[in-house]
Amino acid sequence: MNDIDAGGQSRARVTPRADDQGTDAAPSSVLGAFAWGLSRDVRIAMRSKAELGVQLLFYVIVVSLFPLSTSPSRDVLALLGPGVLWTAALLASLLSLPRLFASDFTDGTLEQIALSPRPLPALVLGKIAAHWLTTGLPVVVMAPLLGAQYALAGPALSMLALALLLGTPILSLLGAIGAALTLGTRGGGGLLALLVLPLYAPVLIFGAGAVDAVRAGMSASPNLALLGAGLIIAVVALPFAAASAVRIALD
Amino acid sequence: MLINWYRFSSPVSFYPLAGIGAHAFGILAALCAGAGLFVALYIAPTDATQGDAYRIIYVHVPTAWMAMFIYVVMAGWSALALGFNARLSAMMAQALAPTGALMAALALWTGAFWGRPTWGTYWAWDARMTSTLILLFLYLGVLALRNAIEDPRRADRACALLTLVGAVNVPIIYFSVQWWNTLHQGSSISFTVAPKMAATMVTGILIMTAAAWCYTIAVALARVQSIIVERERGATWLESLIDLRRNVVRRSPA
Amino acid sequence: MSEFLAMGGYAWYVWMSYGAVALALIVETVIVRARRKRALDELRMMTPGSSPVGRMRGAR
Repeated sequence: MNDIDAGGQSRARVTPRADDQGTDAAPSSVLGAFAWGLSRDVRIAMRSKAELGVQLLFYVIVVSLFPLSTSPSRDVLALLGPGVLWTAALLASLLSLPRLFASDFTDGTLEQIALSPRPLPALVLGKIAAHWLTTGLPVVVMAPLLGAQYALAGPALSMLALALLLGTPILSLLGAIGAALTLGTRGGGGLLALLVLPLYAPVLIFGAGAVDAVRAGMSASPNLALLGAGLIIAVVALPFAAASAVRIALD
Repeated sequence: MLINWYRFSSPVSFYPLAGIGAHAFGILAALCAGAGLFVALYIAPTDATQGDAYRIIYVHVPTAWMAMFIYVVMAGWSALALGFNARLSAMMAQALAPTGALMAALALWTGAFWGRPTWGTYWAWDARMTSTLILLFLYLGVLALRNAIEDPRRADRACALLTLVGAVNVPIIYFSVQWWNTLHQGSSISFTVAPKMAATMVTGILIMTAAAWCYTIAVALARVQSIIVERERGATWLESLIDLRRNVVRRSPA
Repeated sequence: MSEFLAMGGYAWYVWMSYGAVALALIVETVIVRARRKRALDELRMMTPGSSPVGRMRGAR
């Protein structure tokens, strides 16, 4: 509840003070809540940079394993590349999702956050943004480098980065709902994967499809348009679903 | 005769109604299935192109439609459960999920056995079958989540939210799979090409679908009875449930 | 009759389909009824001093 938690560790203040970031007028408090959730979670994530490094390494390893299971021939790899790079991004997102709410849940700070007067959807969006910055964005940066392993040329690689840039936030937003619903349940990561992966399917289809289209010399604009539209809708609507899921888990 | 439907909104008072409904729809399902099978396997003419293998559509189409319909109905109950915090609505959703999953699995199975003789392959990644597969995953997710959460009320709300999120996603998933499929396969294989339908064939499919509906309602009502007893038996109105049972016994003619 | 069973040569496919559906629906019915019976039996045992209630409608 205060600055020192049960383990004696000094943690970021949980409930924002009344004199924090402006008054309780509705417009500023939404942005304030978002900023608060974002900065707190980024700060906490930065404390364990090793964990972030491990998650990125997971992505690299998975991507590097696929050619071993198929063939090192450039034609095969070029066909597989977009799919593999995208599927690994989905799996990497799954791997890091429990971190979004779990530690706050177990030590009771999530309850405090939910009780605070700030709008919960905005707070949750801030946490999701922090999650994306620390897990999705590194994948966006790393993927084109790995794409060279798959005999993908320049235009395809830039499309890969762009499509992942649009798609990975959607993955974080969808995944947050699953992460909140499965808080404190037995079943672990497998249950989360079962819930979230079917929802990921459209993002995978359009995202990998965009890279594949460029590789085949066609236009990827329909894919990008759909991903972009999806991202906008997801940002606006999904935080409310995630906030509901958090409240359900806390009751 | 005005019935005060609100009287039935509590699980306990709904229990006897569910029993009557389960029986009635069970009988109806058996009658429709009998008539439907008669049409499907005997009356309906053999198809010119697909031979007798086409008769599988009389089970494939009903199961595929039920997989979709049940999910929609589940989503409806889930919306009521979340919107009104209604226990019975959540129980109805809980009762429908296993049957929905079973229908989706049967749709995939019968679709595979229809595909092999007709188009040469047990499985083709066409839009409808792939979407049905993802629908099966959504059902299994709801069932798994229900199983993973101990507190029944929290499970009610969590599964309701998951069902609704899935419901919004199903059209998106279907659209994206269809887009993906037409892009990669052209129109060479499509499990959606059904034989040109004689009137008898349409009638047969409709009767079998009616049978599937009645079966689903019967099973869901029977299952919700179990759910009501399992979840409510710790409550203090236990006595009233026993009284209700006794009342029903006393009133039954046979 | 054997013509009926042969289904124009497609017997395997037709009967695997119809058979699976029939089997699944029968199994589901049996499971649901067993679950209801078990729930009611446990309810009966939980209730102190209840006389054995006769077969009730809906619990056959």
